Amino acid sequence: MNYISVFDVIGPNMIGPSSSHTAGAVNIALLAYQLFSKPIAKADFTLYESFAQTGRGHGTDKALLGGIQGFGTDDVRIRDSYALADAAGIEYHFTWDDRTKTAHPNTVDIRLESPDGQVQTIRGESVGGGKIRIVQINDIDVVFTGIYSTLIVKHADRPGVVAHVTNVLSRHGVNIAFMRLYRDYKGGTGYLIVESDENIPDYFLEEIRENELVHELMLIQI
Amino acid sequence: MSMDFASGKELYELCREKGLSISEVMLGREMELGSVSEQSVRERLARSLQIMEASVHEPLGQPRRSLSGLIGGEAWKVYNAGLADPVSEPNVSGSGAKPWTDEAWRSGRVAGGRGIASLCGEALTRAIAYSMAVLEVNAAMGLIVAAPTAGSSGVLPGAVLSLSEIHGWSEAKQMNGLLNAGAIGYLLMRNATVAGAEAGCQAEVGAASAMTASAIVELMDGTPEMCFQAASLAISNLLGMVCDPIAGLVEVPCQSRNAIGVANAFTCAQLALSGITHPVPFDEMVDAMYRVGRSLPWELRESARGGNAGTPTGCKLAAGGCAASCAGGCAAGSGAGQPADIR
Repeated sequence: MNYISVFDVIGPNMIGPSSSHTAGAVNIALLAYQLFSKPIAKADFTLYESFAQTGRGHGTDKALLGGIQGFGTDDVRIRDSYALADAAGIEYHFTWDDRTKTAHPNTVDIRLESPDGQVQTIRGESVGGGKIRIVQINDIDVVFTGIYSTLIVKHADRPGVVAHVTNVLSRHGVNIAFMRLYRDYKGGTGYLIVESDENIPDYFLEEIRENELVHELMLIQI
Repeated sequence: MSMDFASGKELYELCREKGLSISEVMLGREMELGSVSEQSVRERLARSLQIMEASVHEPLGQPRRSLSGLIGGEAWKVYNAGLADPVSEPNVSGSGAKPWTDEAWRSGRVAGGRGIASLCGEALTRAIAYSMAVLEVNAAMGLIVAAPTAGSSGVLPGAVLSLSEIHGWSEAKQMNGLLNAGAIGYLLMRNATVAGAEAGCQAEVGAASAMTASAIVELMDGTPEMCFQAASLAISNLLGMVCDPIAGLVEVPCQSRNAIGVANAFTCAQLALSGITHPVPFDEMVDAMYRVGRSLPWELRESARGGNAGTPTGCKLAAGGCAASCAGGCAAGSGAGQPADIR
């Protein structure tokens, strides 16, 4: 995925009208949906800068609401995502904040809540051509793009977690392309993000979970 | 030897050494770098063509208004002007529209339509109608293939599919057109940009036009060298074109810019196939396009503050006609306001 493919030029296949404001918005929300991997009862979206200013005309709201229902950029159901969210019993709310300045002009915060009250927030940026990056999970700064298979390990910021995770991956023959660590403060909550060119089989997630410092695992397959 | 290339010069060398067309090299590169079979690449290209087919034809039978209401029905008008028996204009929901048929068009060609089609000839008239149709689909949240962007998505399918219908080209041949265009587009993405926000409309419709000019040359049995000449001419002709969308939406002037992108591609392909050359090599034109783009003021790079968007009428449309859709990028616009909650 680290080269420009003919399908990056003749593509993406997408619901219009804008690769950044529509397809990119779908991709951010779809990643949020995959990361959450629980039923969604409530979704709150805050759109910033250019997303807030021209999002309505670009269907950015429909795109976001489609993404959190698992629709891809080329899914025609995006046009009806409001009605489909209503039918699925998903409560949703949009805030169009064109005052607050963000690092990137096409930025959105997505807060998802499950029926049993579990919450996840992410901040995503649409950086052009439908390409995106996630820059915050639960208010902790991170960076990943979803281009690679991505394993995200939420853990206590204490010694041994990285060794444990890389040990499991190595035993299963997963080659790590990129690996980064983030945390809120020393001894607080950390996020370990591992990206791989290959599929990361989910059957060994149980082994990673065995370490008591690991709180939560999220996996995105390419 | 690897089929990968980083410049027009390298691509040309590969074509020359191996005796391959640009599309064949691009197919080889895709298989090599993606570790995929030819069949898997062709399956994905078939899907691209399928979406393109639908998006060039649907608005001819069933015009649709855009989210903002700025555009809708233009493709039908261009197409209908070439028919022998024009029907009354359908409303935007599509009722009353004459369904698109190849026969209807051909009868128009024979009878001369209303005489309008003969102005550009069948191929170009059809290509213009098709390119505008794709932008209509795009603006109404329909399914399109970005090529290379959504705002320039009409140029390539407009040309390849109209010419295919006229010449009876096979699907495999149409795929070669996409691969050839993909090679030129990849080089523009790699060595310049295809983002209007970075380098103006010349980087979007200009790039699409260069890709398409090159594709037409190969489809019309021109040499790889002629492909590069056509692409260079196409970039040169649209150099400096600004990105100035009214209300910041991918509608006006984007839709008619796609029509000019097709017309430019046809013209440059015809020049190149006639043996006309551009003295500046392709790679230097790519660089020139990028430099011109970076020197464009911010107002003319997708900010919706200059050009068409910055005119009093453009601002009025942003603030009024489509107030629900946009916050008015114009200084004179009144759309930008308090953070607003809807729904």
